[in-house]
Amino acid sequence: MSFPISLTINGVRRDVELDDPRVTLLDLLRERLHLTGAKKGCDRGQCGACTVLVDGRRINSCLALAISHDGADVLTIEGVARGDVLHPVQAAFIAHDGLQCGFCTPGQIMSAIGLIEEGQAGSDPERVRECMSGNLCRCGAYVGITEAVLEVQQTLAAANQRRSA
Amino acid sequence: MKTFDYVRPATVSDAVAAAAQPGAAYLAGGTNLLDLMKGGIARPDRLVDVTHLTGLDRIEHLADGALRIGALVRNADLAHDANFAKSYPAVAEALLSGASAQLRNAATVGGNLLQRTRCSYFYDAASACNRRAPGTGCDARGGENRLHAVLGWSEACIATHASDFCVPLVALDAVVEIEGKAGRRDIALEALHRLPGDAPHRESELEPGDLIVALRLPPEARAFAAHARYLKIRERTSYAFAIVSAAAALRIEHGTIQEARLALGGVAAKPWRARSAEATLAGASPTPAAFRRAAEVALADAKPSGDNRFKIELAQRILVRTLMLAAAGTPARIPALPASPFASVSGALQNV
Repeated sequence: MSFPISLTINGVRRDVELDDPRVTLLDLLRERLHLTGAKKGCDRGQCGACTVLVDGRRINSCLALAISHDGADVLTIEGVARGDVLHPVQAAFIAHDGLQCGFCTPGQIMSAIGLIEEGQAGSDPERVRECMSGNLCRCGAYVGITEAVLEVQQTLAAANQRRSA
Repeated sequence: MKTFDYVRPATVSDAVAAAAQPGAAYLAGGTNLLDLMKGGIARPDRLVDVTHLTGLDRIEHLADGALRIGALVRNADLAHDANFAKSYPAVAEALLSGASAQLRNAATVGGNLLQRTRCSYFYDAASACNRRAPGTGCDARGGENRLHAVLGWSEACIATHASDFCVPLVALDAVVEIEGKAGRRDIALEALHRLPGDAPHRESELEPGDLIVALRLPPEARAFAAHARYLKIRERTSYAFAIVSAAAALRIEHGTIQEARLALGGVAAKPWRARSAEATLAGASPTPAAFRRAAEVALADAKPSGDNRFKIELAQRILVRTLMLAAAGTPARIPALPASPFASVSGALQNV
């Protein structure tokens, strides 16, 4: 039996024939569409390495059935840069050494983009840490990750202030 | 994961009919169910996907002053709804103290109520577990059980209910709206979950096909907004289940407690309402001595189910602390570390 679904992934519509209802969104991205940026760390919703944005919200793609997300708009790490121009969060992670081995980084960056969009943390490092607690980093790059998120938040806040001035 | 038939009903009544079949399970956010299915703990033959049903994702203010929350409202959306957080601050704080931002974005109100215990023996298919496989025994009784129940447990099962959200909800007399084969009915949240007794596999009062469609907070629930807190002791600062937790909501007039609502989490197989402790506070002054007495009453029937005697005193202490903070007044904004009993210390050294 096959299940046809249609998703928008990084701005491109993709029609997919699922041969099995058990396929997670993560496995669809990695194994069927060869978008291997989202990582399979724990595959149980505990590490955050598989974080992607679905309809603008960060979720664990390992705990999402692809078939249930028929019609969804998915953004993965492959879709955030504009050509050679990095997304501001990507650039900030490099500037602040927000990574070491890099395995958790796509999930961290997608989670940070989601966090900034949610607008709950502001410039409070404690709120940033709390809002990033769903992303584990075994190298322990948390200090740089927090600094990177704060820098982007501050840049955005300054830009918003300039716009409204 | 065992394979399953996938059904996507267009209406609530189609969903109920599809899920009334033996072996069927509802799929909403999937954050608990898919984890259980990957571990072979949940093995549904049919998944009834309710995420595409319309009309179940609304937060409605009813004419009588009650609030009606659709079962498909996501945990994050409810917690971040400014009106909701203002009227029911302890509920919003509890929601934000649970899981991670990603999980709160996916998990639904209805699913949160029906999440399964996190007892590690329940999650280990090789262990005996009366809750997962009736009649096989309980390996938690003689195993690692420092996090297990101290109230309402039985020889058959010592698991706890894991929800933070349910704890302030049960204190505020939340009501669950259920659509079933016989139509619509209400059940108090306090009566939804069952204590284990000799049938721990019967976890709730729901019948096959029953679908939670909404949660209602009665008009009186908002009267506690000025003095309401939820606190949670966990083994790391964030993204962990409660060892014990407490919700306290007070109505204070002229320095006297008119009415108190108290509930505990992490202590039993259901969110634990502490009514006898509430009664000790009616008409009392909000003093540490009164709060300590209430906490003793709340845990009077508690007994360890294993290496967890410490949880009884811990629950008393967290209840006293929650009452102290509730009496001091609800903070204008939910703290940076929601439900944390520890002072927040900012700075890079915190993570070193």
